[in-house]
Amino acid sequence: MQFMLLFSRQGKLRLQKWYVPLSDKEKKKITRELVQTVLARKPKMCSFLEWRDLKIVYKRYASLYFCCAIEDQDNELITLEIIHRYVELLDKYFGSVCELDIIFNFEKAYFILDEFLLGGEAQETSKKNVLKAIEQADLLQEVRYTPNHSHVWQI
Amino acid sequence: MPAVSKGDGMRGLAVFISDIRNCKSKEAEIKRINKELANIRSKFKGDKALDGYSKKKYVCKLLFIFLLGHDIDFGHMEAVNLLSSNKYTEKQIGYLFISVLVNSNSELIRLINNAIKNDLSSRNPTFMCLALHCIANVGSREMAEAFASEIPRILVAGDTMDSVKQSAALCLLRLYKTSPDLVLMGEWTSRVVHLLNDQHMGVVTAAISLITCLSQKNPDEFKTCVSLAVSRLSRIVSSASTDLQDYTYYFVPAPWLSCKLLRLLQCYPPPEDGAVKGRLVECLETILNKAQEPPKSKKVQHSNAKNAILFEAISLIIHYDSEPNLLVRACNQLGQFLQHRETNLRYLALESMCTLASSEFSHEAVKTHIETVINALKTERDVSVRQRAADLLYAMCDRSNAKQIVAEMLSYLETADYSIREEMVLKVAILAEKYAVDYSWYVDTILNLIRIAGDYVSEEVWYRVIQIVINRDDVQGYAAKTVFEALQAPACHENMVKVGGYILGEFGNLIAGDPRSSPLVQFNLLHSKFHLCSVPTRALLLSAYIKFINLFPETKATIQEVLRCDSQIRNSDVELQQRAVEYLKLSSIASTDVLATVLEEMPPFPERESSILAKLKKKKGPGAVSVTELDDGKREAGELNGGGDRGPDTASTPSPSADLLGIRSAAPVGAAQTNAVAVISHFHSYPFIPYLSCCLSASIPALFCGLSLHPCPVLWPPSSAPPSEDPAPPLSEADELLNKFVCKNNGVLFENQLLQIGIKSEYRQNLGRMYLFYGNKTSVQFASFTTTVSCPGELHKPVEPLVEGGAQIQQVLNIECITDFSDAPLLNIKFSRYGGALQNLTLKLPVTINKFFQPTEMSSSDFFQRWKQLSQPQQEAQKIFKANHSMDTEVLKAKLLGLGTALLDNIDPNPENYVCAGVIQTKSQQIGCLLRLEPNAQAQMYRLTLRCSKDTVSKRLCELLAQQF
Repeated sequence: MQFMLLFSRQGKLRLQKWYVPLSDKEKKKITRELVQTVLARKPKMCSFLEWRDLKIVYKRYASLYFCCAIEDQDNELITLEIIHRYVELLDKYFGSVCELDIIFNFEKAYFILDEFLLGGEAQETSKKNVLKAIEQADLLQEVRYTPNHSHVWQI
Repeated sequence: MPAVSKGDGMRGLAVFISDIRNCKSKEAEIKRINKELANIRSKFKGDKALDGYSKKKYVCKLLFIFLLGHDIDFGHMEAVNLLSSNKYTEKQIGYLFISVLVNSNSELIRLINNAIKNDLSSRNPTFMCLALHCIANVGSREMAEAFASEIPRILVAGDTMDSVKQSAALCLLRLYKTSPDLVLMGEWTSRVVHLLNDQHMGVVTAAISLITCLSQKNPDEFKTCVSLAVSRLSRIVSSASTDLQDYTYYFVPAPWLSCKLLRLLQCYPPPEDGAVKGRLVECLETILNKAQEPPKSKKVQHSNAKNAILFEAISLIIHYDSEPNLLVRACNQLGQFLQHRETNLRYLALESMCTLASSEFSHEAVKTHIETVINALKTERDVSVRQRAADLLYAMCDRSNAKQIVAEMLSYLETADYSIREEMVLKVAILAEKYAVDYSWYVDTILNLIRIAGDYVSEEVWYRVIQIVINRDDVQGYAAKTVFEALQAPACHENMVKVGGYILGEFGNLIAGDPRSSPLVQFNLLHSKFHLCSVPTRALLLSAYIKFINLFPETKATIQEVLRCDSQIRNSDVELQQRAVEYLKLSSIASTDVLATVLEEMPPFPERESSILAKLKKKKGPGAVSVTELDDGKREAGELNGGGDRGPDTASTPSPSADLLGIRSAAPVGAAQTNAVAVISHFHSYPFIPYLSCCLSASIPALFCGLSLHPCPVLWPPSSAPPSEDPAPPLSEADELLNKFVCKNNGVLFENQLLQIGIKSEYRQNLGRMYLFYGNKTSVQFASFTTTVSCPGELHKPVEPLVEGGAQIQQVLNIECITDFSDAPLLNIKFSRYGGALQNLTLKLPVTINKFFQPTEMSSSDFFQRWKQLSQPQQEAQKIFKANHSMDTEVLKAKLLGLGTALLDNIDPNPENYVCAGVIQTKSQQIGCLLRLEPNAQAQMYRLTLRCSKDTVSKRLCELLAQQF
């Protein structure tokens, strides 16, 4: 995987993870272009598209779009499930995650992603193991996080 | 305020985020951010040492601001400080900041690497993982230098925790991708491969990505992974859905790992070991069988995971391309997906079938789905799916279904999305050419293409149809008739006018017998489009008109009238004005014979790969069209184009541009060829009409008396004017470069890192035309690009002053030989490059006296009679020299023919010797030349003797030729 972007229906970027070295300018250009392309697509359309020499795999969860760029030989369907597993992880950690959780706790979203994917490849696909790693880290913190909100995602 | 109840505080961060969210406008947001930045800056600069918590909070705020898209130019030092904090959360934020905002500040990199080193050796697995994540996220060369040797040790050490192993494997992968030279597995190879056997599924999942990447680069060293991967896969595939506990995903056992295993196997050929292969085939069959079983869950995650494995297995089957049974089963499975209600599956099935279509075992099976695919092209609502359907139709096309597929693609083009039209046009053009059985169908198809999608028909496409029509006389009449009919449409595309003008100008006579398409009707039809066309098309039409005058003398008066009117002869466009003036003059003063010679039919084009194919390759990039398919296309295209048996002159036409213009590798060759086509279609078509782009049109009539072709930019003999001082002296190798061209007319004259100069030239009698191609090999523009030809009197010839990076410009020189000469004209080139010094180089233009040779055939007795006549001592020049090149007979013959003389057989009593005769044509006189070359294979020596009617010519030819053998 070359990068992963999370953005809202309004086109606001919520999370960006780049697994290939690119300049800030190039990253912004790619983001702008892709957000525009993906938002323009209709609901029933296919989740894959060719873009430059990459394949884009995206899926929408409530108000958020998850969008991954993979290389030619990579598997589209399994990437779709990478996205889903990440959403499950966020959901489990935050307890019915919503966009606001990711806005206010963006650093957590990055930490969870790093436990799950590293260098663009799946590092640990077991939900239990990823959450265990994150919880262990949380234990090292002074106070535990307690969720408190009402927006619920449908998964 | 939602979700701010985090006990570990950073309340300030939550407040700040809320503030930003409440900003009503972009300006308000920027204002709030600037306020915050000022605040943080003052805190960081302040005298009071900040505690860890505040530092973490401010660094986190900076990170948030950066992620919003604003630039951050401070705070790095504070983040680095956090790395050495004992508190996990502070360390974590420090690492996150570094991962996202790293820059190559060498001072900082040293500090960061130090902190990482400490954490790696801490033996605290959480800290080690943080450090490894940071390396994997940044992946810079500096980090590779610092840690590439340490990480493999961590990866394979017996006491490393599983989670650390996982991070280490992927960290190493990232470093290997950025700096493969620094990651040396060496002694670790076998232990890394054996991670495939690890008990912990997570370790296997992470390690296999590393192993796959390493195997792609060093397949031999890692080939033991094949049998390990097969047995691992076999265990997963045969396991019950609950066996793997948390690694089972929606009832599918270890889908990620399965996909990665199948992917790894695609780095290798089928296993040689029969048992391993049998086990693998069994796995693949099981996967195919499972696809037919009823789903264990209705959730899309279940079917996605299951099908992800299925598609990866099909990829492996296609990769092996050796199991007909599996290939056909794969094809049938994909066929089912073609009609699936899930768009994603239809998309992937179309995509995957494209690769199946190129296998000989499954090509026929793929073809059975043609109706479904055509239906998809017509009815899919998503353009990306339609695109896949079009790709598949292209891939499954062969002689048996070409007409159907091309027809469907053409009808789809009428409504196709703009984004894919150009590619569709190219594909239709390629298929039509590749599978044309009768050329009338080909012509129909291309004209339809222009009619339906004229805007998307690139020059390559219409050049190509003209090349083919010119080369195939059986289709010329049909082409003329069809294009004539197509032009009847009240609104027809400009590309149609171009093709029409060209074809009627060449072959209009073939349909002129029919009163409905009599010469005048044809002319009026073409001319009715004239005023709506752009300048290049009008220029082409003017050339068609002058061709008409030759084809149909009865149109002469009408056409002359058109040429004579002010809108032509005084056109503000220099090119059009010039053509009008020249053609008018040509038509009024030349005799019918001269006209017929000047305007004779185009000679056939030399064989070449279809430039359209090259264009498609360029468009799609490597891999998009499979290699076999391309080779196939190339072969068939060549056959088609060269198939016209137009006699030996096709063969002897020097292949014009194949290597000459190959400035860069694959893709740009296509572009260069296109250029060559442009040259040919423009100049070559009207071979003797001078092209006077550098002269002011007002002066043309005066210069243009009696077809003497005087207004040539390069005149010799050398005038006495001394060369300008500015140009650099000729390169030391200029003579050597010149010598390469004595016996040939085309090739690369010069090349360095910046510039390539290609030459294509043709000579007739005492006239010549040389095309110079200046290719910019860099990616930056050349500015103030000027060339000066001096012989040695000087003449500036305007070229485009700018040469874009990677682009090529061309220049045409007309040459007239006034009298014999020895010194080659000089070509000086000056240009500047961004940030570079002015480049100034001088070359010798490869124009040598022998270029003006006319071969003379003669009998033995004639030869010796003339030989005796040229018996004055100064008329003979002789040299004895050592062979520098091969003395092979065929090589020698080719060179002597390239010289321009006639090679005479049965003259010399010694059959080993070569005898040639020719006449050099200059404006002032003709110079007869006789040549005798006596090779001595034993001594590897030659004796060369020349006798010419002019002593200076003997001498010069002898010098030139002594370098050639």
